[in-house]
Amino acid sequence: MRLAGDSGDGIQLMGSQFAVSTALSGRDFATFPDYPAEIRAPAGTTFGVSAYQINLGGEPITTAGDAPDVLVAFNPAALKVSLPLLHPGAVIVLNNDSFTARNLTKAGYDDDPRDGNTLDQFQVVTADISHLNFEAVRSFGLSKSESGRCKNFWTLGLLLWMFDRQLEPVEAWIRRRLAGKPTMRDANIAALHAGHAFGETAELSASLPQVSVETAQMAPGEYRSVTGAEALALGIAAAGELAERPVLFCSYPITPSSPLLHRLTRLQELGVGTFQAEDEIAAICAAIGASYGGMIGVTSSSGPGIALKTEAMGLAVSAELPLLIVNWQRGGPSTGLPTKTEQSDLYQAVYGRNADTPMPVLAAGSSGECFDMAVEGIRVAMRHMTPVILLVDGYLSNASEPWLIPVIESLAPIESRPVPELTGDSNPEMLAYQRDPASLGRPWITPGMPGLVHRTGGLEKDYVSGHISYDPDNHQRMTEFRQAKVDAVAGFIPDQAIELGDDSGDIVVVGWGSTYGPIYQAARRTGASFVHLRHIHPLPPNLGELLARYDKVLVPEMNNGQLATLLRDKLGIQPISFCKVSGQPFLISELAGRIETERKGSAS
Amino acid sequence: MNEQLTARDFATSQEVRWCPGCGDYAILKTVTRALADVGAKPESTVFVSGIGCASRFPYYVETYGFHTIHGRAPAVATGLKLANPELDVWVVTGDGDGLSIGGNHLLHTLRRNVGLKILLFNNEIYGLTKGQYSPTSRTGTVSPSSPAGSVDTPVSPGQFALGAGARFFARAIDTDKVGLGNVLRQAHAFDGASFTEIFQNCIVYNEDVFAAFTDRKNAADSQLHLKHGEPMLFGENNGKGIRFNPQTYAFDVVDAAESPGDVLVHDEKNAVLARLLIDLQLPVALGIIYRQPAEAFESAFYAHHPTRMRRTKSVADFIRGPNSWTVE
Repeated sequence: MRLAGDSGDGIQLMGSQFAVSTALSGRDFATFPDYPAEIRAPAGTTFGVSAYQINLGGEPITTAGDAPDVLVAFNPAALKVSLPLLHPGAVIVLNNDSFTARNLTKAGYDDDPRDGNTLDQFQVVTADISHLNFEAVRSFGLSKSESGRCKNFWTLGLLLWMFDRQLEPVEAWIRRRLAGKPTMRDANIAALHAGHAFGETAELSASLPQVSVETAQMAPGEYRSVTGAEALALGIAAAGELAERPVLFCSYPITPSSPLLHRLTRLQELGVGTFQAEDEIAAICAAIGASYGGMIGVTSSSGPGIALKTEAMGLAVSAELPLLIVNWQRGGPSTGLPTKTEQSDLYQAVYGRNADTPMPVLAAGSSGECFDMAVEGIRVAMRHMTPVILLVDGYLSNASEPWLIPVIESLAPIESRPVPELTGDSNPEMLAYQRDPASLGRPWITPGMPGLVHRTGGLEKDYVSGHISYDPDNHQRMTEFRQAKVDAVAGFIPDQAIELGDDSGDIVVVGWGSTYGPIYQAARRTGASFVHLRHIHPLPPNLGELLARYDKVLVPEMNNGQLATLLRDKLGIQPISFCKVSGQPFLISELAGRIETERKGSAS
Repeated sequence: MNEQLTARDFATSQEVRWCPGCGDYAILKTVTRALADVGAKPESTVFVSGIGCASRFPYYVETYGFHTIHGRAPAVATGLKLANPELDVWVVTGDGDGLSIGGNHLLHTLRRNVGLKILLFNNEIYGLTKGQYSPTSRTGTVSPSSPAGSVDTPVSPGQFALGAGARFFARAIDTDKVGLGNVLRQAHAFDGASFTEIFQNCIVYNEDVFAAFTDRKNAADSQLHLKHGEPMLFGENNGKGIRFNPQTYAFDVVDAAESPGDVLVHDEKNAVLARLLIDLQLPVALGIIYRQPAEAFESAFYAHHPTRMRRTKSVADFIRGPNSWTVE
């Protein structure tokens, strides 16, 4: 992390306090204060920038780090000086109030870097820091310059929120340090709390880029930095291209799903439209309406919003319409921890609907994999004419990682069952439900097609004609058909591969979603085998046989054991659950430790 | 144009399952006739509905039809209209479906002015669930869920629509072939959201709730059939007229022969007039109460989309992002 601003901005103090809070949170760190040579360099200039760099992490740290992952820039000059140092995907916090025409000129910027694409590869958080700080300390009757000096603690409060640190140690330090100046003491504490509250209210969260595979292991090819929201947006657009259909994305704002909406609004030239609906239910219903009309309907939300969409998912199942539903999982129940990540919506996705309403469920393991799973999700949806849920761990929305850029031309076209040819004596109502024998997907017949007029909806349909049917045998048949259709997905997906390790042995770690990185590293370190699931429902057909080759199956999850339940249910095995629901990702060390513990248990 | 198509061509093979004598039969008949009159094409016409007696409607019309979930038809229809603005999309809803569980969607559909022809069958009762009071039931309605009479104040569909920003509000009676047929043709022609309230008699749970003005015996004195630009006359031989009373800010009935100069002329573009007409008790205002066109949502949506939803570039043009690097 690099903190940069004018000499008078209190950068060094802020940096050292963040370092203290880092130490108290049990992370290792090293720091590198970076002062300007001049004692009082002119404000706003590039050579007057004062900076403080800190390297922190759960793993042992040996240097202050070459490329910072987080930059706090109090003015344009600080941004300009620090930008070349950053990792792609780094988090940048900017003080809007300092981006005046004068400061931009002093820093040598012709155009405001906040506009344009200079900052596209970073996670940018902007706030009117000077103004918000001034408002926070207004009641203390300070002079203008005294108020300004509290700005560093306002910003520190914001950082402590974003990186989930405790306020108390910093507050205690302020009390000791400014014991003789009660007004400044209280003002700084107020600023600290105000910055923290700003982060909470604005639901800002940041995640440090996690590079789970070392550079040495990276396959040759062209890479870029990508966040989950960017990759998912590109994947949705790519699916539209592969299917040669426009995409209509319908959603309602919710944390942490909204970045996907924002990203898609920038991809309109790819035949993508976005509709911001009045609520979560309207969002999925409009997406269903779009699919009914022949566009690829997509909606996205987080757990609480997905709950509201549940009834409409049943409609899409009943009407046999393709649809992609993205769930950026966050901590719950209820509003829960909107900015913290979790994997606790697996039951909701697989089991969480009224009646027997099966749907395919996929999960993305990394930001880059959001692209692949978006394409796969829409592929499954169109092939089988079914809604599909894609589960993504919430923090991947903004988390960057290096990404091997896929070659679109190498991806297979996405198709649904062809619309049947009309013959003189064909009954259009029958044609609408002539399903493909392998996928059980029906032809995607849409209003506007002459001669194929028919009715559909949420009432039980006759298997053949689609007419309303209360016939007991037909309902039995339709219920079995809907399950068979989802089961049929397994026939089209690749066999489950082993990500790492031997194909039999004492222990295999089974993961899904964003635990990919830490499990990969922990398995590598301990020599355990690692299986990473991307298809959650149905499971790959060979999974049971594969897992049976190991003595123990360890399932680490950021929930209370939901995948373990699914494996027990579908495979009849007894996996060992390792659950973490703190809103924080697994540490490599805690996973490795647990693997070793399980091994010792086997040995004794 | 399918000029050869008749009302009968718009009837499906499905057995109609409304109660004998239900007002829905009359509406169905007039709707299919209106479809034939306006030259609707079955393949480019869609009926979308929610849940309730009225929402069975799509099964009985020989066009595309989508029977969705309770209250959500306007949302589904919005997505459909965006996907294919060329379609004629009708939404059939009821007082419970449209104004209770689906009130939010109706509000937003009207304010956006989505090009949907919305028909609200108002019978002031929940029929399909066996007779509970609805959001349009009058205070004091005795029903299985309000044995001592309901205490809620009813919502006025017209005031709701205008409050939401609706650009077209009309009213008709289920059995009034002429009045309903005319309103349906106008609703069909409207570019934007047209909202039509149809007074529909539920013969089982709320019979004759509108009899005060639907009864043919009193029709002349109890119905005010509006025509844009014409005086608001009703009664036998159009002997009565509507006048604005500046003292009460309300309408009065006057003798048209005695004070012809006082009789108001209907202006369908005047929202203030429309609001007073909606609240008029007897006579009840029927026909096009308010019509003030504005750009339809789907037109604006496509106009603001840089490529009008066409794919003019490939994902390959975007996928590299601003900075990429190569690993050898």
